[in-house]
Amino acid sequence: MLYREAGQYKSTYAADMAVFPLREDRIGIAVILGIALVAVPFLGSDFFIASVMIPFLIFSLAAIGLNILTGYTGLISLGTAAFMGVGAYACYKLTTFFPNVNIIVLILVSGLFSAGIGVLFGLPSLRIKGFYLAVATLAAQFFLQWAFVRVPWLFNYNASGAIEVPQRTLFDIPVTGASATPETRYFVCLGLVVVLTWFASNLVHGKLGRSWMAVRDMDIAAELMGIKLLNAKLGAFAVSSYFAGVAGAMMIFLWYGGGEAADVFSIRLSFNILFMVIIGGLGSLIGSFFGAAFLSVLPTALKFGLPALGVPLTGATAEHVTFMLVGALIIFFLIVEPHGLARLWQIGKQKLRTWPFPY
Amino acid sequence: MSDIATRPAPNVFANPMVKAGLIAAAIVAAIAIGVRLDPSNTLYAIFVDPFQQMVQAPDLLVQTIWEGLVSGVLYALIALGFVLIFKASGVFNFAQGIMVVFAALTLVGLYEKGVPAFLAVILTLGVMFALAVTIERVVLRPLVNQPDIILFMATFGITYFLIGFGESLFGGNPKQMITEQLYLPKGAIDLQILGGLVSLQKIDIAAAIIASLMIGLLALFFQYTRIGRALRAVADSHKAALSVGISLNQIWVIVWFTAGIVALITGIMWGARSDVSFALEIVALKALPVLILGGFTSIPGAIVGGLIIGVGEKLGEFYWGPLIGGGIESWLAYFIALGFLLFRPQGLFGDKIIERI
Amino acid sequence: MKTSILMKGAALGALLASTAAIMPASAQDTIYFSNNAYRTGPFSGSGIPIGDGMRDYISMINERDGGVNGVKIIYEECETGYDTKKSIECYEQVKSKTIVYSPWSTGATLAAIPRAHVDKLPILSMAYGLSASADGTNFPWVFIPPLTYWDGASVMVKHMAAELGGMDKLKGKKLGLIHLDAPFGKEPIPVLENLAKKYGFELKLYPVAAADMQNQGSLWLSIRRDRPDFLYNQGWGAMNPTAVKEAIKNNFPINKLVGVWWAGGDDDARAGGAEAKGYRSLNFNAAGQNFPVIQDILKHVVEKGKSTTPKEKVGENLYNRGVYNSMLVVEAIRTAQKLTGKKVITPEDMRRGLESLNVDEARLKEIGMAGFASPVKITCADHSGHHKAYVAEWDGTKWTQKGDWIEPMKDEVRPLIEANAKDYVEKAGNWPKRTEPCEKSS
Repeated sequence: MLYREAGQYKSTYAADMAVFPLREDRIGIAVILGIALVAVPFLGSDFFIASVMIPFLIFSLAAIGLNILTGYTGLISLGTAAFMGVGAYACYKLTTFFPNVNIIVLILVSGLFSAGIGVLFGLPSLRIKGFYLAVATLAAQFFLQWAFVRVPWLFNYNASGAIEVPQRTLFDIPVTGASATPETRYFVCLGLVVVLTWFASNLVHGKLGRSWMAVRDMDIAAELMGIKLLNAKLGAFAVSSYFAGVAGAMMIFLWYGGGEAADVFSIRLSFNILFMVIIGGLGSLIGSFFGAAFLSVLPTALKFGLPALGVPLTGATAEHVTFMLVGALIIFFLIVEPHGLARLWQIGKQKLRTWPFPY
Repeated sequence: MSDIATRPAPNVFANPMVKAGLIAAAIVAAIAIGVRLDPSNTLYAIFVDPFQQMVQAPDLLVQTIWEGLVSGVLYALIALGFVLIFKASGVFNFAQGIMVVFAALTLVGLYEKGVPAFLAVILTLGVMFALAVTIERVVLRPLVNQPDIILFMATFGITYFLIGFGESLFGGNPKQMITEQLYLPKGAIDLQILGGLVSLQKIDIAAAIIASLMIGLLALFFQYTRIGRALRAVADSHKAALSVGISLNQIWVIVWFTAGIVALITGIMWGARSDVSFALEIVALKALPVLILGGFTSIPGAIVGGLIIGVGEKLGEFYWGPLIGGGIESWLAYFIALGFLLFRPQGLFGDKIIERI
Repeated sequence: MKTSILMKGAALGALLASTAAIMPASAQDTIYFSNNAYRTGPFSGSGIPIGDGMRDYISMINERDGGVNGVKIIYEECETGYDTKKSIECYEQVKSKTIVYSPWSTGATLAAIPRAHVDKLPILSMAYGLSASADGTNFPWVFIPPLTYWDGASVMVKHMAAELGGMDKLKGKKLGLIHLDAPFGKEPIPVLENLAKKYGFELKLYPVAAADMQNQGSLWLSIRRDRPDFLYNQGWGAMNPTAVKEAIKNNFPINKLVGVWWAGGDDDARAGGAEAKGYRSLNFNAAGQNFPVIQDILKHVVEKGKSTTPKEKVGENLYNRGVYNSMLVVEAIRTAQKLTGKKVITPEDMRRGLESLNVDEARLKEIGMAGFASPVKITCADHSGHHKAYVAEWDGTKWTQKGDWIEPMKDEVRPLIEANAKDYVEKAGNWPKRTEPCEKSS
């Protein structure tokens, strides 16, 4: 009744090809952005913003990156965390060399380094695929993680071996460093994520994105149709690693605020992001957000939310229950809808379209 | 994405861009290494010195190779669990690592509760069987015919669940493996050979023997029993197997149970080397390069791959590791496997599937 | 069909509901102390006894004395699983409530240090964390008593010299450092390198990647090849029992293997069985139950069934270290109460209390800890104190003291700390200048 396309006529090709052809969808996006821009920072507590929203946004971005590689191009990677790490260390080095350049520019540039490394480790994808490729990308994961610890130049020879995030400002407001408020960091994250999501959306709807999907569905067929596998696959690695790199730089600079970065970008994180992508929905940008919400927010919500709701679970028991519950939920969701939360969302929208008269 | 198929595509490597990329990779690696090295004798340190060391101290060389073989056997055991499940159900079982921990914890936990050691082994096998049945009922059956990656994901759910479940049952503190109660030997055999001392741990020898016995039994089981033949049929084609009346559900329970037995034995062996704790789960990742080297579907591949990886990484770490500060063991295995993959994309013993459009 | 739609709807609903907002609770006429515990995960073997010790000491103070000067301490644990991400979550969760932040991992400490200086929340990282934070002038909110990893490394060198028969005997010897390949493990390297140069011994590094903690075969082969005279093990978690087992396997004299204090768990040594007798580790608290304070914990807490700790685990080395950490917290609260005259203190007061902390022999005796630890004194400039440590030896069933308490080489460590603190502050850019005044007494 409220949500249907009846009466909305498309009179131009541009309108027909729009990402959100439905007026209701556009309103929905505007409402979500409005909530994200106004309601969250003004109504949410510091804890909610710093420990729920910022991680959610950063993981969403990383998941979008991996989704481009795995969901759109069909190449599984288990090295996402390492590529994120490259972004973080690149950003740290850049801000050491160019302390006066705006930190947001540096975060965006540091993704390029990650893209370069991503292409390098993407080379085997030209020859192997499937789980073989997945395991091959583990070489990147372990090698880069080793390098983060072993090349002292990367962490400026700090005795602690950790990245120390310096204070950088934007319009005289601290953006990074400890004195940056959670709200500021949140706004920066939100801005970056929105812009990059828009960029990703255009990419996957464009020529490059279509060649990725052709490669995913069957690469030999795609090659016969004249798609250059080399460009498509390495392009996917580059773009995916770029997103991962930016997410990694954001993770250290806007969320963690420094620390043992090599330890942060471990194999566990790689797996987690892959699972966000699968749970959220392969080949879906909105699915990346759902997946990030599920695997990053849910454990936090269970851990801190249950005691607040009066469920007397604390400490180790709560942790065990959280683990079991998340595991069970993953299986439950896969059984209910193997194509991920994005598919659930689509089905929901379809139902809404015909509601209240489904016949 | 559903197939692990690969195809011969040497023409891709003829591409000048790829070549340039590979050369760039080599240069980057050389620079990375060069940072740690004295430039005057780099080549000497890489190409001459390690071999001199090998000749000068052959006892250490023998010991290194032995250590490599032993850890290779243990990697192979974990990889075997993966291969069994992958062959029969096409599931890349991420939970194999936690199954190792879970089996070992159950065994030790039962023993601590006062159950005699061998009864505890039998009970643990019962638990692993129950686990196999549960996984088949709750996870695999509803997900039948889904893409591989979904099943892979489901095993991650199992991992999460087992971590929480295992810790709440047995607690997180590390436990001692009950080696003596299981009559596993202790101590070492010291051999005075090659002008030095080579010491072989009895537990390692036992591990090698048990592993070979188990692999032999598995081979016999696959070759000569009805269930084994059914398993091979399922591995070849699910649909064809179903059409001749083989129960997929039954096969899956059996294969997960077999993987559970392998996990228990692996857990006992690793537990005897250090202790039984959740940190063991990480060791299971070492089975992955073994898998790509040996091929996902080949049991001999898992064994040979395990041995190559084990010996290769120990030799690499021992003789070349110090050149770049050591600790290269964590990634060397993957690079060895990657090197092999560039020449045989389906792994050493993997099935070659020819792709058609 | 109907049910499956319902199920899908329920699934989506569950997802949305579970992501709902999270609200913290409050505290009243009590002092709230939240501790980062890790009773789960790969490092829980060490985390459980430490958490038990910390919890039981606070419960004992509440049970026996009715709190500190009548103010009960509410002790809560925030479970981290030794994971930096969860530790940061815990920090954000407790920062407005807790009186002191107890990070319990080097990674968590590093991430918390910049935040704490803005949020004005004291951090008590007892003998772990950032060594440079012992500089109170630059790090007014971080406390790292009783000694740092750098002090530990210098104690190790002194111990080695004592075993060899004098500092001059160090020349030409080889010291191997087995370390976790992470910032925590690499911490002692700068001090050991300096000392190696000064005393003419050779330093060999044996890094262990976190993924290979239980897979140290090739590392011990290298040790066999290099034949170091002593080994110092800067390890944690499952790495330690594996190292002890490998040392035995490779016929390395077990009494030449000395662990940092975190490698001194009872479970670490027990892994080696009878042959682990003689394994050593640095220590700054005594093990065992023969102290009035431990007896009080047994009497007031454990035997009354108010603790989940099994009785035989009370008095283990890491348990007692947890007790020691809680003692520091309680004594700092007491000091802060005395300084401010308030009963319920704020984190700011707690910082003053920590900075004026002075637990001397007499005070140790009063609280039933005579001989349990060396006296601790923190000053305005020195947030560690660089106190004495001793070498503990495993006798097959328990840890015993071997030799005297050893003073760290403060003259070696202190300049390094000050230089590194300066470096840290410079690189951070706009680091908050210390505005907190020093107490008159210190």
